[in-house]
Amino acid sequence: MTLPYYRADNDPGPSFVELLARTGRAPRWEGQAGDGPPLNIPHGTTVVAIRCVDGVVMAGDRRATSGHLISHRAMEKVFPADRYSGVAMAGAAGPAMEMVKLFQLQLEHYEKVEGGVLSLEGKANQLGQMVRGHLPAAMQGLAVVPLFAGYDVRREVGRLFEYDVTGGRFEESDFAATGSGSLHAGTVIKLGYHDALTVDEAVELAINALFQAADEDSATGGPDVIRGIFPLVATITTEGFTRLPDDEVSERFRALLDRMATTRGTTGLGVAPQAGAEGGTRGTTR
Amino acid sequence: MSMPFYVAPEQWMKDKADFARKGIARGRALAALEYADGILICAENTSATLRKISEIYDRIAFAGAGRYNEYDRLRIAGVRHADLKGYAFSREDVDAQGLANAYAQMIGDVFTHEVKPMEVEILVAEVGEETDADRLYHILYDGTVVDETGFTVLGGEADVIGNRLGTTYQEGMSRAEALQAAAAALAGPGRQLAPDELEVATLSRSTERRAFQRLTDDQVGELLDGASAVAGSEDGTTTVGEGTEAQEASATDSDRDGDSSPTE
Repeated sequence: MTLPYYRADNDPGPSFVELLARTGRAPRWEGQAGDGPPLNIPHGTTVVAIRCVDGVVMAGDRRATSGHLISHRAMEKVFPADRYSGVAMAGAAGPAMEMVKLFQLQLEHYEKVEGGVLSLEGKANQLGQMVRGHLPAAMQGLAVVPLFAGYDVRREVGRLFEYDVTGGRFEESDFAATGSGSLHAGTVIKLGYHDALTVDEAVELAINALFQAADEDSATGGPDVIRGIFPLVATITTEGFTRLPDDEVSERFRALLDRMATTRGTTGLGVAPQAGAEGGTRGTTR
Repeated sequence: MSMPFYVAPEQWMKDKADFARKGIARGRALAALEYADGILICAENTSATLRKISEIYDRIAFAGAGRYNEYDRLRIAGVRHADLKGYAFSREDVDAQGLANAYAQMIGDVFTHEVKPMEVEILVAEVGEETDADRLYHILYDGTVVDETGFTVLGGEADVIGNRLGTTYQEGMSRAEALQAAAAALAGPGRQLAPDELEVATLSRSTERRAFQRLTDDQVGELLDGASAVAGSEDGTTTVGEGTEAQEASATDSDRDGDSSPTE
């Protein structure tokens, strides 16, 4: 490989994506326009992000499905974007992996070239541009819908962003969920959310949300106690992005399963929800 | 059209080399040393923002001496080279040797074909899994690559500083000892460099993905203070205890640094 050495008037700047385009290696999202049936390729499903007092918690199930078949049982959908941020993906697995890889590289490349890190806002916008660039593929059924969350070291708060396939970037104040099980996961979080959640409570809420999503949505994977595969949970705080150890996630899920077994109710509450009961009013609307 | 006068190629090359050497000699020097847990690079640099030492890739660092604009552009080209290679193949396929060769070709071409040669010397350092896999490639203004072992010095008065460092350098030094040796060699007799006049970074042999760590002025101050404590105790024989203390301190430091590195 030759050294990518550019004259000052022709410099691609700190963008790795631009550099890829200059060297002819840019990923080509636009496929062949065709009228054929949608490709039966693996899709990843449910990911959530919850803001808590110390930062953000992100979590995602591990299942990928191709149509009605399970194609992967241990797929990872929550990734560190850099030290203080994470990205979670739902949608077509192949393009999603590529986008995550590019996004991670883009942030690290910027940091090394410029000698400083992007603001959290800047990172969120970068991801939005990538999703926007991927629109042609999304139109052909290869949509990728990410969540981006991080600890904003300048403002000293956790922040989270969700996207639509056109690259629309929406900052959420409390929580976000995307993927096929997002409706159920989002509802569980909405009911359990309050603005003074600790990291521990937010992790528990995320685990509960993923369990309930898996309970209702066939494309979302639940805790797999036979193979020992459990959803992936990560926290992003002043300590940076930390993936919870598998043992801890496993323990929490097993505890949840035990609670459910004893109360004989899938909601874990043990009693039928009463109209006007406590708990539904504190969550904010999305 | 005919040439106004004839210049022998030997003379032409010698003039270019002299020009480049003069430019490099005007810059302040930097030293790189292998120590027990990695590679330490220490530069005399009064600016806190215009860097001489930078991260290229997971286990690779860059350092430049001479003209800032020229080596900084080389640095960026190196980051691009490494990131592109890691993207096209895999992260473990990016190594210092390939990068050093690419630099050498590029700088050699400029020296031969352009009117003005680059007035820079650069270093490509890579920390390996084991001490014997550490690499220090010193690349000169004409594209010559020198594969150094132990330590190397770049920039103005490199010979003198290299001789000084040669007398104090030992294999398997702690991080503090390596920094003290580098700072003393760069300063020379009868002069001391304050932490804010030094730019220091390490490539540590940790399990973290990104081995490059920049040391803050406070950290540099702490590591250098270990030296004055040792010097204060005198005698030479009583320094053993101090030395281990410094080693312990550096071990805890590197642990803390390790925690603060990005995870993947």
